[in-house]
Amino acid sequence: MNTQTILQARDLDLFYGENQALKAINMEIPQRRITALIGPSGCGKSTFLRTINRMNDLIPGVSVRGQLTYRGEDIYSPEIDVTWLRKKIGMVFQKANPFPMSIYDNIAYGPRIHGVRKKAELDRIVEESLRGAALWDEVKDRLKKSALGLSGGQQQRMCIARALAVQPDVLLMDESTSALDPGSTMRIEELMSQLKERYTVVIVTHNMQQAVRVSDHCAFFLLGELVEYGPTQQLFSQPKDKRTEDYITGRFG
Amino acid sequence: MKQPVASPVPTQERDCRKLSPRRRAYEVTMRSLLYLCAGITCALLLSLIGYILYRGLPELSWEFLTSQESILKKTDGILPAIQNTLYVIIVTLIFILPLGVGSAIYLTEYASNRKLVSAIEFATETLSGIPSILYALVGMLVFCQFLGLSKTLIAGAFTLVIMTLPTIIRTTQESLKTVPASYREGALGLGAGKWHMIRTIVLPSSIDGIVTGCILAIGRIVGESAVLMFTAGMSTAMQDFLGKGGLLKSSGATLTVALYVYAKERAKYDLAFSVAVVLLVITFGINLCAKVMGKRMKGKKGGEKK
Amino acid sequence: MESETKRKGTLKEMIELLMRVIFTACGFIAIAFVLLITVYLIISGLPAIREIGLVDFLFGTRWASTDKTNPAYGILPFILTSIYGTAGAILIGVPIGFMAAVFLSKVAPPKAAAVIRPAVDLLAGIPSVVYGLVGMMVLVPWLKDIFDLKAGDSLLAAILVLAVMILPSIISVSETALKAVPKEYEEASLALGATPLETYFKVSVHAARSGIAASVVLGVGRAIGEAMAILMVAGNSPNMPGLLRSVKFLTTAIASEMSYSSVGSLQRNALYSIGLVLFLFIMFINVMLNLFLKKDKE
Repeated sequence: MNTQTILQARDLDLFYGENQALKAINMEIPQRRITALIGPSGCGKSTFLRTINRMNDLIPGVSVRGQLTYRGEDIYSPEIDVTWLRKKIGMVFQKANPFPMSIYDNIAYGPRIHGVRKKAELDRIVEESLRGAALWDEVKDRLKKSALGLSGGQQQRMCIARALAVQPDVLLMDESTSALDPGSTMRIEELMSQLKERYTVVIVTHNMQQAVRVSDHCAFFLLGELVEYGPTQQLFSQPKDKRTEDYITGRFG
Repeated sequence: MKQPVASPVPTQERDCRKLSPRRRAYEVTMRSLLYLCAGITCALLLSLIGYILYRGLPELSWEFLTSQESILKKTDGILPAIQNTLYVIIVTLIFILPLGVGSAIYLTEYASNRKLVSAIEFATETLSGIPSILYALVGMLVFCQFLGLSKTLIAGAFTLVIMTLPTIIRTTQESLKTVPASYREGALGLGAGKWHMIRTIVLPSSIDGIVTGCILAIGRIVGESAVLMFTAGMSTAMQDFLGKGGLLKSSGATLTVALYVYAKERAKYDLAFSVAVVLLVITFGINLCAKVMGKRMKGKKGGEKK
Repeated sequence: MESETKRKGTLKEMIELLMRVIFTACGFIAIAFVLLITVYLIISGLPAIREIGLVDFLFGTRWASTDKTNPAYGILPFILTSIYGTAGAILIGVPIGFMAAVFLSKVAPPKAAAVIRPAVDLLAGIPSVVYGLVGMMVLVPWLKDIFDLKAGDSLLAAILVLAVMILPSIISVSETALKAVPKEYEEASLALGATPLETYFKVSVHAARSGIAASVVLGVGRAIGEAMAILMVAGNSPNMPGLLRSVKFLTTAIASEMSYSSVGSLQRNALYSIGLVLFLFIMFINVMLNLFLKKDKE
């Protein structure tokens, strides 16, 4: 296995006020692979995902201890600019959240924020991003129409395209298919497999079949702890921990 | 799993890591504008209140509030204005309560035709958008001239009924809407008639909304001046409400109109500022009451949802 | 026995029916009032227009209702003053109110917001004559000194007073709209690397735009309809508008002459006609407001 670690957590603790939501997480996420975070609700998998691009900063009373590095740099160091970090580590949410603007303006929003002004350049980025999210052919004739007119699955792929438009390195997907029908889910899963050629993808999913289908590595969280982490095949065929086995065989969750 | 760490971020990108100068300038400008504008708003209010208190407080005394102007004694007093204001408030509320609440009940409980409801709601909105000077005109034409009431407090109150109707309708309607359908169905299921159901179930649970509506209406009445100036008169003398036909024929200035008269026609500025202090206190009290009622309504709403 | 319950039944039904009739009547009262106002304004407003002539009335630049030998009833000065005055108030009030709304809804620490919000409500509740009084006693003398005028009563004074008066409605309506913006939009923008301020101004404001537009229209309605406060600061001479000139608005034209015009005179009838013109302005604004609010609901 010839991979490099892009994200690394060392003894990472996270508190919501008094509540400890993550307990001493140690984890290495490989570059250009899909890593799935699984576990029952409230286990801390989404919280962990949101520490990676510091979206947890928005919640008052959150404090982080330990270390989380991206390409060897501490994400929580005061020298890191959050806007830069979030540009490098993009995020797709559970519910598709297109802005109430045209498709074009949605995709161009990120690049514009980051200083791209030229029309030709924006046009190129929009097309590239939409192609990257396998949406270009479906929407190329209606770029100026409102993004809210797209179907649920299309909206979610547009959100992926929007995240790609700022040229991220890592893409975080927080249960991004849980609100979609099976057909749309399948299309996005196919898309994920294409994305890993260029991006590191970390997904949170409730759906264990999905984790098996798309991920290379899988991490099982329980009550804020990382119980087990390893190659997906291994984790699902020969779980080392009893709790993992109980979860993947459906004894709880 | 032991693997090498991925290559660090290229050095040329490290420079982009801080916000670009352009974005930083945007941040600074926008943030200062935000604070500036919020500051202006607060400063305006503070200086407004400060100045009014500074000019108005010295003259203000218990005697000022409880006596009338007397040229002989050379004393000033706004008791007549206070009485007139109270009179107008009471008369307006007497008429507006049944009309406004009834209208809201019709809209939420009886009306079934969607188009009709939206027509009525449009009319209500229109009424709340009409400026008071037009109410003054119409009130003068209809009540003072056509109905022969001439310039009296009662004509003023009638005009205010039209003007404040939307306030009562809207707040009552809102609180009626929060009464759960299950209450209504329960009552109707027990064989109660619609009126019985409204009287025993719907009205009691919407009392908060009705009270809030009244408070807001009082606020509008106290603050109104144009309407009363043209329909209720501008005299600052004491009215004899108990005399023959006194209630129907008395006419005079409410607090706001008295303020206008003092400031614009008699150049008694300090007096005007004292009236302004009284008006400020009333406004503050009304806002406080409305807020307390609003909180109560909100609490109830939340409770019912659970 | 049987007949008694029956009688009781019919009595109950009669009460039910009676209440239904009463409530229905109440329901229609708002429509009746609107009709009453419309009809009265049209009936009383038309005669003077017919006598003066629509074009002379609307576009005449001279208003001299008390001139015995050569009276003139052109209300163009009033119309233009109302338009300029409102535009000026909007120009000053909207940016400040809008920024204050963004501050309150997004940036302000909760404690600061808890103080400022009631303050804005208080600003909204202060009677217009109080604004007029302060304007008359503070603002007007200031303007007189600053611009070295004979009198400070002017369009500018009215604009400043109006700007302050529309501020609370701009703030509270915009703030409500901004608060209603779904959190997901803002999260998406932040996750793309936008700063919070960029997010508020480029996404939240965009998403709340029809509510904000409604607040502006509401402000226009307030400004164009205000009478008493500007009656006290605008000087009330029927001049064509100029920033430092004494002027009359549509509203103050009615207010200032109504008390001394005699019933039935052309002067008084012309005042009704001004009321009609003002009414048309306001109806137009109401329709606009409704359009924006409807769009917001969708």
